[in-house]
Amino acid sequence: MKIAITSGKGGTGKTTVAVSLFHYLAEVRKEPVQLVDCDVEEPNCAIFLQAEKTGEHRVGIRIPSIDTGSCTFCGECREICAFQAIIMLPPASFIEVVEEQCHGCGACSYVCPEHAITENNQEIGKITFFRYHEMNDFLEGRLKVGSALQTQVIRELLEHVNGKGTVLLDAPPGASCPVVAVISQADYVLMVTEPTPYGLNDLKIMVETVRQIGKKAGVVVNRTGLDYAPLYTWLQEENIPVLAGIPFHRKYAGAYADGIILSEAFPEIRELMRTILKAIGS
Amino acid sequence: MNRKPFEIVILSGKGGTGKTSLVAAMAGFTGKCVFADCDVDAADLHLIFQPDILKEESFHSGSKAEIDQQECTSCGVCMDLCRFHAIRFSNGKYTIDPFACEGCGLCEVACPAEAIRIEENYLNALVFADSRFGPLVYGRLGIGEENSGKLVSEVRKNAREKAVKTGADWILVDGPPGIGCPAISSVTGADLVIAVTEPSRSGWHDLDRLLEMTGKFKTPVGVVINKYDLRKEMSEQIEKELEQRKLPVLAKISYEEKVVHALVEGKSLPEALPGHPLVAVFREIWGKIEQMAGHR
Repeated sequence: MKIAITSGKGGTGKTTVAVSLFHYLAEVRKEPVQLVDCDVEEPNCAIFLQAEKTGEHRVGIRIPSIDTGSCTFCGECREICAFQAIIMLPPASFIEVVEEQCHGCGACSYVCPEHAITENNQEIGKITFFRYHEMNDFLEGRLKVGSALQTQVIRELLEHVNGKGTVLLDAPPGASCPVVAVISQADYVLMVTEPTPYGLNDLKIMVETVRQIGKKAGVVVNRTGLDYAPLYTWLQEENIPVLAGIPFHRKYAGAYADGIILSEAFPEIRELMRTILKAIGS
Repeated sequence: MNRKPFEIVILSGKGGTGKTSLVAAMAGFTGKCVFADCDVDAADLHLIFQPDILKEESFHSGSKAEIDQQECTSCGVCMDLCRFHAIRFSNGKYTIDPFACEGCGLCEVACPAEAIRIEENYLNALVFADSRFGPLVYGRLGIGEENSGKLVSEVRKNAREKAVKTGADWILVDGPPGIGCPAISSVTGADLVIAVTEPSRSGWHDLDRLLEMTGKFKTPVGVVINKYDLRKEMSEQIEKELEQRKLPVLAKISYEEKVVHALVEGKSLPEALPGHPLVAVFREIWGKIEQMAGHR
């Protein structure tokens, strides 16, 4: 079973829940589990896991390069480019690829009648493979700083999901294309929120997205105690199950700050992980 | 005399460090300012600003290929060429996976049967509003649509136009989390970045990557450490590291649950609790921003 851990709003506790579930499955249930850190812009799972690195894979795209010697400035490449990544000034015999805008789709080299376009590999990120104890894997995608192609790194990362046992996908914040790329691979979406107006507003967006894609989903409310009744009223009206509430506690915030897995340090969090997995049916 | 408005972008790398609350807390001190919410995935500033919406415009939200099954001859050329693995073959039919399609148009030109065309979607929205703090421009994504930096750029462009038109001195941008496409689009061409962080290992890791990203654009940066008292030693380490990099720490904000209570009432902290000691801290941060902008 693949479980995506998401939140519309950032900083609600996705990684806390993901690494706690991972630890619970690996250490308490001793079941095969794979954790995939899909928050490639800011991957944080590795901070919490003492895992042994076993390999690395570079993610690249093919960036075009235009030979101005054979280019006739016909403009077909610029015309086809959906990302406005080609700048051309025929009177100055100038043509250039704006690498930051290029998605590496290959359309320009396909249409070039002069075969003036060649392609070079450019790194946009990397995937790191870790082994956690004997049988469990942990994968991390990491966007190269300065690249804007986070979704492409996520898609390539997801191709390495092994499907043995439970797969935990720690998603990026938000609800747009990088998150959709993750959710679309999942069997269940675990939405982490907090009881504040921000949390509720962003959860609503997440719920609409999940419904549109058509996935089963449930909510974990983090930092309960700061209670904000409209969140619970809305969840009830919408018939969205609340699988667990993690109370607000300074000791949890402190442990998180130090990079400690909450379910490892606190038995009551282990119990909550058990409750969540039982409710999901994993 | 009209000066070019000075544009400040609030970023954090890691989500949930307090970007929006900081923008709202400073909003009463800024004088003539236009506000922009560029966290278009999860725009929240309007929850505090409670603005009157003046107008909404639909905005391009991505392009997707579509295959006309009547025309398709099942040759498979499109699938061979697509670099995004967005073309699926099952039950003898080629179909587009809309979640993987980037709308590049390669399949459209390559299809020998001319069975493919690109559908343009306009499901994102640009919202123009007015509030007690000043004009607010924000973006709203269509559900599951592409958060291209294009919407972020469009929000900023409209905020700049509004600022010029109204003679505002400042543009204050509530930015998105992360360091990818939307974050890059909110930094390019801005005058100052304020990075909000927290004293946690994740907070520092994410700030470090954010600073590497902003460094590529050579935008000046000031840092605010939120919830600094959660781990004072870690805050000091972060301060030392920033000092070595010659980046100013504008303020350290103590953890304060009352900020959340103010938020529940749809108010900023200075509005809800004018006598609170943090109000002076936020005023001081704004004062330092004015200094960094060169005594405007």
